[in-house]
Amino acid sequence: MEKKKKLKISRIIFYLIIIGYALVALGPYIWTFITSLKPTSEVNNFSIDFSTLTFRNYKFLWNKFPFGRWFINSIIVAAIVSLGNILFNSLAGYALARINFPGRKALFLAVLSMMMVPGQIVMVPTFILLTKLGWVNTYKGLTIPFLTSLFGIFLMRQFFLSIPKSIEEAATIDGLGRFGTFFRIVLPMAKPALATQFIITFNGNWNSFLWPSLLARTSDMYTLPVGLNSFQGQYFQFWDQVMAGVMILSIPSIIIFLIFQRNFIKGISTSGIKG
Amino acid sequence: MKLNMLKWRNKSSNISLAKKREMVDGWLFVLPFVISALVFFIGPLFVAFILSFKEYSFLDGSMMNAPWVGLNNYIKAFSDPVFIKALKNTAIYSIGVVPTQLILALALALVVDSKIKGKTFFRTAYYIPTITSTVAVAIMFMFLFKSDGVLNKFLGLFGVNPYTWYDDIRLALPLIMIMAIWASVGLYMVIFLAGLQEIPNSLYEAASIDGANKWQQFIHITVPMLKPTIFFNLVVSLIGTFQVFDQAYVISDGNGGPLNSTMTVVLYLYKQGFDEFNMGYACAIGFILFVIIFILTMIQKKFFGEETSM
Repeated sequence: MEKKKKLKISRIIFYLIIIGYALVALGPYIWTFITSLKPTSEVNNFSIDFSTLTFRNYKFLWNKFPFGRWFINSIIVAAIVSLGNILFNSLAGYALARINFPGRKALFLAVLSMMMVPGQIVMVPTFILLTKLGWVNTYKGLTIPFLTSLFGIFLMRQFFLSIPKSIEEAATIDGLGRFGTFFRIVLPMAKPALATQFIITFNGNWNSFLWPSLLARTSDMYTLPVGLNSFQGQYFQFWDQVMAGVMILSIPSIIIFLIFQRNFIKGISTSGIKG
Repeated sequence: MKLNMLKWRNKSSNISLAKKREMVDGWLFVLPFVISALVFFIGPLFVAFILSFKEYSFLDGSMMNAPWVGLNNYIKAFSDPVFIKALKNTAIYSIGVVPTQLILALALALVVDSKIKGKTFFRTAYYIPTITSTVAVAIMFMFLFKSDGVLNKFLGLFGVNPYTWYDDIRLALPLIMIMAIWASVGLYMVIFLAGLQEIPNSLYEAASIDGANKWQQFIHITVPMLKPTIFFNLVVSLIGTFQVFDQAYVISDGNGGPLNSTMTVVLYLYKQGFDEFNMGYACAIGFILFVIIFILTMIQKKFFGEETSM
């Protein structure tokens, strides 16, 4: 009886801790969201007057700033880069896992070694190259250099290694060529890995700041993070509007994650990226 | 049987043709990646290496004609107090963030892997900060921590005077560290979770029959079985922390302040390369960063053995 009671108390404490951490994780969003609905005069108040909450700040941002444009830029960039990555990384990952061609081992070793090189090393020469190509401040500059990723190739290779070879052999016997087998048989089986890659790539590019802040020079080419950061300085006193901007930047990633999350954990465990 | 023979005959008669096909297919499949890697990575890497021995400013025109200065950029770095400060800050950041976030991530993974109510909710809640832009996170934290912000208001309830957190040179870096841990612990949690789910249940069952308690099971089964996952997370987390940029940039409005207390290696590289246009120097900083990351990865590999797919 005594023991049971003790167990119950420890259970309650356990739940308090895990709920507490959920509040730590979600609290800043909740507060940001509430602030974004407040009038400017109420921003610094701890209390919430529900009768004054409106979506006025969102409308204001959308109308007064090129927020709509930044939003669309972000969507275009993240979508193009994600689609490119899904296709090209899968092709490369598949070849590294399954096709016996000379140079395969060396290429895989190159992928692994390049993963250790911090991307910032090539920042200066790549920027010079993009300037020479006239790609600075264009969608080309924001997307083309990022269409493949080492991590994505590694992820796809691990995944393709895990599927049984017999399925492809059957497809070959049925007369499908290499590309047919890949697109009609293998790729559809890779949905969890593709979903994982999509989430990682889409979010990575949606949130990307360093490169776009170099490549987007004029306000009409800004992506959302660059645009939001440009509010720094005099604008950072209108926190209600800034917080609406933070929500506009955050919500799409959260929605995409919620849509794909079931596949996401599955993708991570089947691709063996955990080591 | 018949089928196999058929395949075998086909193979043997066309052995060179099949081989050729494999080669063509293989290279076609990797072609987009190879081109992209050559143009946007290997080529620039080679150029960066050469530039790191030159004194080159973007505004000067041709990098071919830029003066060769040998190791000067590297020597300059180690006598540049701001670079040393940036290096120190980055090391402190990494030493603080990596172990804290991995331990916290493992604890959270164990929690969301156990039999709790609302598992999906907790997994999602803990993961959401991971998917949010670091710019958004930094701005949110600036708002929460500002002098008349909600944190100070809350502390005020207990009689604490309002404080300007980000203007304090002792607190600015630790606050960025807290922010980073908060924002990325979910990623490592998910990877640990995937690792935990691969450990066969039978091991735990056998151990509990032998009378091992939960803690002993954790030490003798979970930790050894998770070793590759721990290694993977350690490497990714370390590489990530050494490349910290966004938070420091946003919090300090791009200058690493107050008094360089939030200056990091990558932020300094960015400033040297794109604000001051000392591009040769920026490239040298990049290579120093690479060497540091490479050495740390090798040390970890040695420490953890070769049993990983990394």
